Amino acid sequence: MANHAAVIGVGQVKYQTQRDDVSIAGLVREAAQNALDDAQLEWSDIDAVVIGKAPDMFEGHMMPELYLADALCATNKPILRVHTAGSVGGSTAIVAASHVQSGVFERVLTVAYEKQSESNAMWALSSKQPFATHLNAGAGGFFAPLIREYIQRSNAPAEVGMQVAVKDRLHALRNPLAHLHMPDIDLATVEASPMLWEPLRFLESCPSSDGACAMIIGSERAAAASPKKPAWIRGTAMRSEPTNFAGREQVNPQAGIDCAKDVYRQAGIQNPRKDLDTAEIYVPFSWYEPMWLENLGFCDIGEGWKLTLEGATSLPEGGDIPWNCSGGVLSTNPIGASGMIRFAEAAQQVRGLAGDYQVEGTQLALGHAYGGGAQFFSMWVVGAEKQ
Amino acid sequence: MSSNPNESAGPVTMMQAPLYLQYRFTAGTSSLSFLHAIKRGRLIGRRCPGCESVYIPCRGSCARCGVATCDNIELTDEGVIDKFTVVHIPIPNNPIKPPFVVAHIRLNGADNAFHHLIGEVDNDKVKLGMKVKAVWRPESEWDYGLDNIRYFKPLGGEHD
Amino acid sequence: MTDIAIVSYAQAPMVRDAGCANEVELIMPVINEALQACGLARTDIDFVCSGSADYLQGAPFAFVAGVDALGAFPPIKESHVEMDAAWALYECYLKMLAGDIDSALIYGFGKSSPGNLPEVLSLQLDPYYLQPLCPDSVSLAALQARAMLDAGRCTREQMNEVVINSRRQAQKNPRAQLRKPVSQEQLQAEVDWIAPLKKSDCCPISDGASALVICRESQAREMGLPYARVVGMDHRIESHMLGFRDLTDSPSARNAAKSAGLHNNIEAAELHAPFSHQEILLRQSLGLSENVDINPSGGALAGNVMMAAGLDRIGSMAAAILRGDYKFGLAHATSGPCLQQNLVTILEAA
Repeated sequence: MANHAAVIGVGQVKYQTQRDDVSIAGLVREAAQNALDDAQLEWSDIDAVVIGKAPDMFEGHMMPELYLADALCATNKPILRVHTAGSVGGSTAIVAASHVQSGVFERVLTVAYEKQSESNAMWALSSKQPFATHLNAGAGGFFAPLIREYIQRSNAPAEVGMQVAVKDRLHALRNPLAHLHMPDIDLATVEASPMLWEPLRFLESCPSSDGACAMIIGSERAAAASPKKPAWIRGTAMRSEPTNFAGREQVNPQAGIDCAKDVYRQAGIQNPRKDLDTAEIYVPFSWYEPMWLENLGFCDIGEGWKLTLEGATSLPEGGDIPWNCSGGVLSTNPIGASGMIRFAEAAQQVRGLAGDYQVEGTQLALGHAYGGGAQFFSMWVVGAEKQ
Repeated sequence: MSSNPNESAGPVTMMQAPLYLQYRFTAGTSSLSFLHAIKRGRLIGRRCPGCESVYIPCRGSCARCGVATCDNIELTDEGVIDKFTVVHIPIPNNPIKPPFVVAHIRLNGADNAFHHLIGEVDNDKVKLGMKVKAVWRPESEWDYGLDNIRYFKPLGGEHD
Repeated sequence: MTDIAIVSYAQAPMVRDAGCANEVELIMPVINEALQACGLARTDIDFVCSGSADYLQGAPFAFVAGVDALGAFPPIKESHVEMDAAWALYECYLKMLAGDIDSALIYGFGKSSPGNLPEVLSLQLDPYYLQPLCPDSVSLAALQARAMLDAGRCTREQMNEVVINSRRQAQKNPRAQLRKPVSQEQLQAEVDWIAPLKKSDCCPISDGASALVICRESQAREMGLPYARVVGMDHRIESHMLGFRDLTDSPSARNAAKSAGLHNNIEAAELHAPFSHQEILLRQSLGLSENVDINPSGGALAGNVMMAAGLDRIGSMAAAILRGDYKFGLAHATSGPCLQQNLVTILEAA
């Protein structure tokens, strides 16, 4: 069976619309240095580097591991670059964990980033391809029809999405690194924001951020030598399915259901709502909270929105399963890093290092990311105990 | 020492490095029948030899079965709205004026849906399952693409 | 030493232009061929990992379209590197060592014909200082060739010999793109292209795809499958700044090879050298003796499918071992300008 692996260092940066004080290399190095500092390690302690980001076309830079090798002190080390669309931050962390679980490496640095201010993501994602219709609808144009379908099926009231938008921004106020800090956020503010893609309003959508997130993943021995509490990786899972095939269930995709079951089985989780203490879930559009609550088995189909309305996912309301205490993707979204931030924030919760958004006594936490047409999933469960 | 005339100009925080690359796109062998047909105002899908699903447009495989599609199947330009949204977001240089409806349309006889616009109906009257028909551009504007269809409109009398 | 067995390898014919074939149409035949050759069904495969790069074709998410070739429903365990698929194999290698999986399908594909590849590859460079100058990949390789010649690490005649050997070997490889024999005289008469490189010193631009299947040795034996054993794999990168590197040496390839288990009994090596002088450089850096057969498949000079060519070196060496041509072999993959990143796999007969 696999060797144990644990998160022994986490490093992030202050997320904002534009980090014009650093280059791409500077941004990535800042997160990596912070992770090393957190783990109280030197660059020379790192055996291998695994990086991830969304499509190269975002920054107009092909295969960036080649250029970033110097900034990440990776020369004469292995460096590997993962790309699995929006789930990439999570997949990258999982590949880094594999490096340690294989027994080949003691300490691996993993970094995911996006510098959206040096790119045009909207263009990169919807650049005109011949032979296809060009509808100028953006990412929300893809996901909003699925959300409408969810609302129709579940009879969820209209304010559910707005409530998620408020809740995650209230959480973000406790996280000094979050991109959006909106102290006056409330339902009326969200409702008054412009409609973008019905039923999604501006404030129900994620921002566009510059940022990078890094982790040091270590072996059992490295974790034992680590000054701070490690977050033990109790399970990792990935699932993919095609974008478009006859009869595909897009609202509640099978790949998400299977991925969750796999990671729960590894971590010994029977009832995710009961057994997990908190979760960092990829929610780029507000309505994906109730949709993923159902997909991930936190409740029955059609019931997710009730958990949201009851405050079950809210930290200040004392919910039993607080989701996205860091503020989530709705508050911070450097696309390629967003998945890794989820994984890293789950680790910080079990390490007891989540500061003002700590869920007290967290033993088990779930990190989740998805991408493409809600078809690529990566998840991990981290725990305060090794097993 | 300070002979650099730019030293007082402050740090460089951003520079433009425009990049132009030219590509000759190709659509795929199995897309040819679709493209040649739509250039003539007709709609050709392809069938999976395994599960018999019909895909339009088709990229060469049934993604579910992972096998190459085989027969060409001619479809009508009528179908149903599978899913939709009303797009309000203003995108610079967008020739389509928001708000407009983007729908997943499943043609009759097809098993997958594609994105297209809905027209000739108030946005708030659009419904899931609504039957629609293609409104084509003038024949003189037809090219190799789904843009030959301007939008889909509700089939008369089918919506309340 | 591992218990990882390469049981199957399939490669599409390497061509200058695959015409209008899209990702799915490139990938599906080689995946089916690789699976059929070893008798494993898709559902027997624990994990799928691929390598591709969007900028080759100029459209984002090439790998997403690739998933349409896999029959990925019910959903599969799958991942992707935006690198040569040799690194996808490395990801699978680690998961095998970790005990996460017991088999994997690896594929790589590249369609470079839609764009101008040497210019496209300039996008790999430092985006602030180098990329705006648009130095193309052939010119950078020429700098390295010049450094080799000036340092006395190779001669023009030796570079010609590399080309002659590649074409000679490629005649036995029906998938190779360049198979026409050439002579020392012909090459001497050829004009410079980007000096000191002549066109014959440079790999062709190729479209294609390949797939490889690995499983546990125990499973291969149970199924009665011939296989090549993976002794070890490792990879290393060097500085991106060409001025910081000794361009006439490859310490990254040497260190990766050592760590992968390089030994003195290696009989053949598949070296991913897109330019003739790089084969000489790699040979020297790895300390391969004169007796080692180089590139029995013809190597990258006979066909170089971006994001698959490294995997092709490994697959070709495994295939040669399966044919009984060699007992011990080395396979090398490279990435980046002037051999910046190098991966080495040591293989042996079962």
